[in-house]
Amino acid sequence: MAVCKVTFSKAEREKLAEILCLLNWVSVVTGAALFWVGLFLKVEIQKWQEVMSDQGVLHVPHMLIATGLAACCINFLGGKICLDCADPNKFLRWKLVMMPYVACTFFFTFCVLVGALLCYSVGGQLQESLFLGLRHAMRHYKDTDTPGRCYLKKTLDLLQIQFQCCGNTGYRDWFQVQWISNRYLDMSSSSVLERLRSNVEGKYLLDGVPFSCCSTFSPRPCIQHQVSNSSAHFNYDARSQQQNLWEGGCRQALLDHYTGIMQSMGVAVLLIWLFELLVLTGVRFLQTAMENVLLLGDPDSESVGWILENSLAETARSNVKIIKSLGKCYQVDDDPNLNVSTEPGGG
Amino acid sequence: MAVLKVTFTKTKRDKLAQVLWILNWISVVTGVILLSLGLFLKVELNKRQELMADRDIQYVPNMLISVGLIACAINFLGGKICYDCVDTAKFLRWKLIMLPYIVCTFFFTFCVLVGALMCYTMHWELDESLKEGLTQAMRFYKDTDTPGRCFLKRAVDKLQIEFQCCGNKAYKDWFKIQWISNRYLDMSHREVVDRLRSNVEGKYLMDGVPFSCCNINSPRPCIQQQITNNSAHFSYDHHTEALNLWTRGCHQALLDYYTGIMHSIGLTVLITWLFELSVLTGVRYLQTSLENVLRHGDPNSESDGWLLENSFIETARTNLNIIKTLSKNNHVDTANNGDPNINIPSTVKAHYGPDNVPPQQIPVAS
Repeated sequence: MAVCKVTFSKAEREKLAEILCLLNWVSVVTGAALFWVGLFLKVEIQKWQEVMSDQGVLHVPHMLIATGLAACCINFLGGKICLDCADPNKFLRWKLVMMPYVACTFFFTFCVLVGALLCYSVGGQLQESLFLGLRHAMRHYKDTDTPGRCYLKKTLDLLQIQFQCCGNTGYRDWFQVQWISNRYLDMSSSSVLERLRSNVEGKYLLDGVPFSCCSTFSPRPCIQHQVSNSSAHFNYDARSQQQNLWEGGCRQALLDHYTGIMQSMGVAVLLIWLFELLVLTGVRFLQTAMENVLLLGDPDSESVGWILENSLAETARSNVKIIKSLGKCYQVDDDPNLNVSTEPGGG
Repeated sequence: MAVLKVTFTKTKRDKLAQVLWILNWISVVTGVILLSLGLFLKVELNKRQELMADRDIQYVPNMLISVGLIACAINFLGGKICYDCVDTAKFLRWKLIMLPYIVCTFFFTFCVLVGALMCYTMHWELDESLKEGLTQAMRFYKDTDTPGRCFLKRAVDKLQIEFQCCGNKAYKDWFKIQWISNRYLDMSHREVVDRLRSNVEGKYLMDGVPFSCCNINSPRPCIQQQITNNSAHFSYDHHTEALNLWTRGCHQALLDYYTGIMHSIGLTVLITWLFELSVLTGVRYLQTSLENVLRHGDPNSESDGWLLENSFIETARTNLNIIKTLSKNNHVDTANNGDPNINIPSTVKAHYGPDNVPPQQIPVAS
C-alpha cells in the first residue's frame, strides 16, 4: 500500500520535471541566501566576541554556512537531473544516482531544520557566555598595558556607547570593580591610600563609572564620580538619577540584540526548509514515476508516483533488515577453512 | 554642410533603434539611481540640520531628485519611441514629436550637467553653514530647558561621539563658552561665585569639556576637567597626552564627510550625464536618418543621419530668425497709429458689368 500514490500522464510528468528544474534553481538562490545569513551572523558575533567567554555560540552560523553551501550543490545537481528527467532516455543516465540523491537530500533537509531550531535554542548558552565575558572584561578594563587585554577598555567603551548600556546588570557593577589602574593613582595622596586600605583585597573601589556610561539624553553635564552621593553635586538626586547614566545592563542589551537577529534568521531558515521539503517531495514523485515508466516499458504511458512504495512501518522494517544483512556480511564467520568437509581423496 | 554626417543602411538603422531602446531602459535605471542619490543626500543633510545654520543647501538634493524623476520619464518615452522606430510606418506616429523631444532632452541633459557641477560647488556654502551652526549649537549646549534649543545638547554629544571630534576647530573651543547651565551651579559656593565674577560677561568658563569629547583609545580613564592643569592629575602632561580627548574639530570632520559624499555623487552624475549625452546623440541620428528615409520614399534604402543639417553658425542664425519672426508676428504694426484699416490697398476685384468681362486693352499705336 503505497504512501500518497499519484498517477501521472506523460504531459504531467514533463510539466513536473520543468517546474522542479525551476524550483531547484530557486533553491540554489535560497541556498546562497542561507550561506549569507550564516556569514552575517558570524560577523555579528565576532564583532563582540571579546565580551563572550566562550565561542560555543559560533556553531550556529557555522551550521548555517555549511547547510547553505550544501544546498547550493545539492540543488544545482537536482536542477540538472530534473532538466534531464523530462526525457526517459536521459533519465536512464541518472537512474542509479536518483535514489541516493533523494536520500541525501532528505538528510540535508533535516539538517536545515536542525539549523533553524538551533537559532532559537542558543538563548541560555549566550546569556551565560555574556555574563562571564562581561565580568572578565570589566575586571580587566584597567589593564591597558597588559598584552592580550589592552583592547578590553576600548571594546567595553564602544559597547556601552553603542548599546546604551552600563555594566553587566546595571551601573552599580562598576562600583565593585577597580577600573582605574594603579598607574594613574597618586600613591602619595592620603585619600587614595585610605581607600586602598579600607578595601579587603586592596582594590581601589569608588562609586564612579567610566565616561562611556554617560547618557546622551541627560539634560545636565554627566556625573560620573560620586554617583550615589546626592550632596556632592548641586541639585542632584542620586536615587532618581534623571537619565544621567545609561539604565540597562550590557548583558541584556547584547542578548536582546542577538536574540532579535537569530529569531528573524530562524524564520527565514524555516521558510527555506519548507521550500526544500516541497522540492524534495516533487523530486521523489518524479523519480518513482519515471522508474515506473521504465518498468512499464512504454515511455508515453501513464505511470504511478509515490513517496513510499509500502507503508511507513514496512519500509522501516525492510530498511532495518537491509542494514542487518549488511552488518552480517562484514562479520567473518570464524576461520572459513576449518570444518570444511573434504571429499575422501586419493592418497 | 551637415555636422557629422553618417550614412545608415536599413539594417544599421534597425540595429541603432534596438541598441537605443536598450540604452534608454538603462537610462531609466540611472534616473532611478540619481533619484535615490538625491534622496540619500537630502536625508543625510536633514539628519544634522540642527547643526547647520540657515543656508540654502537643500537645492542640491532637490535638483538631483527632480532631475532623476525627469530622466525616468524622458528615457521611458525615449524607449517607447526607439522601439517603434524600427518600423518606418510606426515612426510616422512619432514624427512630429521627435524634434521637440530631442530639444527637451538636450535641455534636460544640460540640467544634469548643472546638477553635477552644483555637487562640487556646494562645498563653500556648507562650510559657512557648518561654522555658524556649530558655534550656535555649542553656545546653546547648556540650554536644555529652553524649547527650540533643548535638543542641541544631545545633537552635539551624538555628533562628537559618532564623528570622533571635539568642539568647532579643536577641544579648546569649549573653554570659551559656558556649557554648564546655571541651574546646576551652586551659587552659594565661593569658588563658583569667584569664577563668575572673574569673567567680564559673567559666564562660568572652565578648562573642561563634555564627556562626549573623551577618546575611547585612551589607556587611562578620561580627564575632562582641569585639562590644562598638569598638577591636578597624577602622571599627566596635557602637552603630550594626545589620546585623552578627540583632537579633530567637528567642523572639519563634518565637512570632510559631506564633501566625500558629494564628490562621489557628483562623479556618478557626471557619468550619467555622459551616458545621457550619448543616448541623445544616438536618438538624433536615428531621427534624422528616418526622416530622410521618409523623404526618399523607399523604406529599405540607405539614408543619411546628422547632428545638424547645416553648419553650427547657420543653424544658430536660422533659429534666431525664426525667433525674430515669431516675436514680430506678435507685434502689432504701430506705423499708422495702430489702425489696421488705414492705407490698405483694396484687393477686391472690380466688377465689370453683368457678364464680368474686363474691357479689351486698346493696342497702343506704334
